[in-house]
Amino acid sequence: MKKTNFSSVKRVLKYIKKYTALLIFSILLSVATVACTLYIPIVIGQAIDEIIGKGAVDFDVVIPLLVRVVIISLVIAVLQWIMNTINNKITYNVTRDVRREAFDKLGSLPLYYIDSHPSGEIVSRIISDVDQLAEGLLMGFTQFFTGIATIIGTLIFMLTLSPLVTLVVVVLTPLSLVVAGFISKSTYSLFKVQSEARARQTAIINESIGNLKVVKAFSHEDESLEEFDKSNDKLKKASVKAIFFSSLVNPTTRFVNALVYAAVALVGALIVMGNLGTAITVGTLSCFLSYANQYAKPFNEISGVVTELQNALACATRVFELIDEKPEAKDKENALVLKEAKGDIDLENVEFSYVPEKPLIKNLNLKVRNGQRIAIVGPTGCGKTTLINLLMRFYDVCAGSISIGGTNIKDITRHSLRKNYGMVLQDTWLMGGTVKENIAIGKPDASDEEIINAAKAAHAHSFIKRLPLGYDTVISEELGGLSQGQKQLLCISRIMLSLPPMLILDEATSSIDTRTELKIQEAFASLMSGRTSFIVAHRLSTIKEADLILVMNKGNIVETGSHQELLDKKGFYYNLYHSQFEHSEEL
Amino acid sequence: MRKLFVYLKNYKKQCVLAPLFKMLEACFELFIPLVVASIIDIGIANRDTSYIVWCCVIMVALGAIGLTCTLFAQYFSAFCAVGFVSAIKRGLFKHISSLSYREIDTLGTSTMITRMTSDINQLQTGVNLTLRLFMRSPVIVFGAMIMAFIVDVKASLIFVITIPLLAVIVFGIILSTIPLYKKVQGKLDKVMNTSRENLGGSRVIRAFGLEGQQSDKFHKETDELNMAQRFVGRISAIMNPATYAIVNISIAVLIWQGAIQVDLGNLTQGQVIALYNYMTQILVELIKLANLIVTITKAVASGNRIEAIFEVETSQISGELKKCDKCEYAIEFKNAFLRYEGSPEYTLENISFKVKSGESVGIIGGTGSGKTSLVNMIGRFYDAEKGQVLYNGHEVSEYDLEFLREEIGVVPQKAVLFNGTVRENLKWGNKSATDEEILFAIENAQATDVLQSKSEGLDYVIEEGAKNLSGGQKQRYTIARALVKRPSVLILDDSASALDYATDAKLRHAISRLDFKPTTFIVSQRTASIMGCDQIIVLDDGRIVGMGTHSDLLKDCLVYQEIYNSQFKEEK
Repeated sequence: MKKTNFSSVKRVLKYIKKYTALLIFSILLSVATVACTLYIPIVIGQAIDEIIGKGAVDFDVVIPLLVRVVIISLVIAVLQWIMNTINNKITYNVTRDVRREAFDKLGSLPLYYIDSHPSGEIVSRIISDVDQLAEGLLMGFTQFFTGIATIIGTLIFMLTLSPLVTLVVVVLTPLSLVVAGFISKSTYSLFKVQSEARARQTAIINESIGNLKVVKAFSHEDESLEEFDKSNDKLKKASVKAIFFSSLVNPTTRFVNALVYAAVALVGALIVMGNLGTAITVGTLSCFLSYANQYAKPFNEISGVVTELQNALACATRVFELIDEKPEAKDKENALVLKEAKGDIDLENVEFSYVPEKPLIKNLNLKVRNGQRIAIVGPTGCGKTTLINLLMRFYDVCAGSISIGGTNIKDITRHSLRKNYGMVLQDTWLMGGTVKENIAIGKPDASDEEIINAAKAAHAHSFIKRLPLGYDTVISEELGGLSQGQKQLLCISRIMLSLPPMLILDEATSSIDTRTELKIQEAFASLMSGRTSFIVAHRLSTIKEADLILVMNKGNIVETGSHQELLDKKGFYYNLYHSQFEHSEEL
Repeated sequence: MRKLFVYLKNYKKQCVLAPLFKMLEACFELFIPLVVASIIDIGIANRDTSYIVWCCVIMVALGAIGLTCTLFAQYFSAFCAVGFVSAIKRGLFKHISSLSYREIDTLGTSTMITRMTSDINQLQTGVNLTLRLFMRSPVIVFGAMIMAFIVDVKASLIFVITIPLLAVIVFGIILSTIPLYKKVQGKLDKVMNTSRENLGGSRVIRAFGLEGQQSDKFHKETDELNMAQRFVGRISAIMNPATYAIVNISIAVLIWQGAIQVDLGNLTQGQVIALYNYMTQILVELIKLANLIVTITKAVASGNRIEAIFEVETSQISGELKKCDKCEYAIEFKNAFLRYEGSPEYTLENISFKVKSGESVGIIGGTGSGKTSLVNMIGRFYDAEKGQVLYNGHEVSEYDLEFLREEIGVVPQKAVLFNGTVRENLKWGNKSATDEEILFAIENAQATDVLQSKSEGLDYVIEEGAKNLSGGQKQRYTIARALVKRPSVLILDDSASALDYATDAKLRHAISRLDFKPTTFIVSQRTASIMGCDQIIVLDDGRIVGMGTHSDLLKDCLVYQEIYNSQFKEEK
């Protein structure tokens, strides 16, 4: 942990390096402001020393001293503002740079990384972890240097004024830190109890309010309330304790500070009178009193900053892990840019596994001729989607080869390979933007007419028309208005517009009701003529019209052939067919 | 948020005592500079050591009394804030439970959950801090001014000018940055959405080669975020330097004025120091106060959002009727129209049909055709806008709601079970059901094998969200839950979708032979599931387009034929 922290520090510093000049400037400014800030009480003390009593005020000394106070504080104000602005700039630019690098990484990461990590986790690395880093950096810049400079500066200033009073301050101040530390440590367990009680209550709220309709359908409101009351009482007790004890930190540290203050006043007064050591002036005493009041502050701040920085570093480490992930292998240097592909696809001795211990596809051979319609069937987890992942090179084969028109797809640029496929998946994906933009993602220069025609072909036009702004309606991720089926229709519209030479339809119509599906099938049929297409389907009609059915099981193609051929074989397909479509027998 | 204050009624005492004690503490703190002044003017001037020691003891004592007062204050405010908010939470939970489906739809469950959790917490923090600080900070600020007034009237004029000036800067900056921070948050949300979008759509993005375009979009968004962050940063960076300069300038003026008064013999050196100390106390408290106001604004906003939910009244008034005699027709719809809140079009139009007691009715149609809406009207989950829905000859609105819903057993589309044992879950249908009755229901729901697969049987604990059951297992338990009720009307809303065809068939068989002979509604997209019903209603776009038996409809209902063919064509 220590080691990763250290390497993360180095990484963060690398990002900051771009702003070295600004950083040095900022540190110089912080030293200057701290020195000036500490100097002011001394000047005021000197002024007070010239205000002794009736007729004993030396205005010739006092007024220039006060003018000096005014000038110095104005200078401090300006320097401090510049320093803050510079710190902001460094922090936000660094985090922007980190964020961009992390995001751009997403485009080049191999898909297995994305598939195997929950997207919420990756998003939180890019968003909240980087935010935490920003917070830590900002606090570090503004409070860490100034804090340290203040502690050292105060110490030096105090020592030059009176070592004895300094001793009092230095010995007593840590007391407040100890007290604060003690309280927060002992409240930790109370907070834990509270957060457990709160988690329980949140669970009840999520359950009962989230499923309120069921609660009401069974007239179960009273029982739910009873259960809620129980959790509410528990939480109430835990919260009162946790909040009360944690709120003791401020008053107790204030009390400790009052002790320090009284001690400084006592010792200081005695010194002023010459009872102890070398005498000091009243002005110096007042200066000490103001130092004593503030001396504990930088310590508290620094301990806060240290926790914050540790947290920030842990977060930075997570972001760097993402940035350091191995990217997809680059396209070969002289890779072919595939234009309009001829859909002759050959798979030779293909082997593939997601994890080396579990081989999935073994020795797969397949020849597809241009314009053929291939249906892929098989039980869940048989490798249907894996085959598609390989065809589109979302994953690379472990052994063997896949070639299009005789060229190994590893010798083709990924971009051009993928553009030759039109893909509709069961999981629909719409991006933030208008309906129109979403349909046109494969062909950004499409005219409105083309877009509408594509939507009509996908039977999406009639529902799009009824959206509040028609084709210009903005789709947000959370848009409740679109059903899963409607989203699928939009995805189908995309390929109706871009008309790629090859098609991959993975349960493309699974959320569309059977009547509408029937109509879309007609559109698909005309689209598929002359195009090589791969269809993962669960409906018999689609499968039956295929030129070739690949029956997959456990990663292998166990049978191939037309519907009738396969039925006559009475093999795996025959059984699958009967278990999946058994209900038809009920007729 | 005024209406929420009724929940404070049990905490009136604490609500007054907390700030009062806090105020006492502040008062004691204000005496310190005067004590210091005495040390200088009397103790040091007279070289009176015991006087100085006394003064320091007094300072410590003042601190100790202050600490004691705060302990009380902190306790009372924690007690009051937590108690107040717990009471609101309970009230809100109860209120939300009383809302009808229509209000639940309008508000949205996620909104209601946010109100019950994060808004409530925000409110609690706000109340707690208010009780603690709202009296302290003003007392110190104005107290310092009054003390200065006592020391020297002329010098206090400087306070009168400085305090408002500081207040304007502190409050002005803090309040003006609130909307700016909101803007930053908005930009950050955009950046987050783009990231999320990219992960969710990684395949599509690569398939269409959109990586570059997405990267450009992200760069633009991060630039905007950066600009917004730096802009608000520049403004809030003004606060500390500006207030610092003002306080120090005031101190300079104060000492200059003090010097003149001392020279005239009206003030002592110690009093000047006291004035100087009062001035330094003000700033810290003003900043605290401004931050408090931000917290209060947030808490009030949360309070208002919570109150807004309290103000939503249920649109359904329960009827009186608590019994009914069996009629020939258990259910009858007479030209019923249903429209959802905010929708321009009817979801159901002119629905009329009659169902004899004990009959089974199948309801079929495409997605969005209104099947679920129709069955929801039977249990009066939604009221008809026009027309009537009758249960045993009386309009559903005439019945006591609880009674009506006891009569009807619903198996909703989404199989929801709650954290608790299987027994507890199934008892939702009937609180006094015996194990025997529960087992009977489980058997009819074809769930015996689910029960037997776990050694704990009825004591098996279902996790939150029923994560430890499969979709089909959940569905069968929800069916059993409705059967435990022995309802007069049983509604199965597409509740066999996760069952295989054989189990589905067995289930339908068992239901048709139930000893209490419920009138049964089966909603489905599968023709196979409803073919055997006494009556089938075909819905299309909210209208009935066909009614009759399977063979009738096959003959003369086009929509039914289409649905049927799309599912069975292969076999012909």
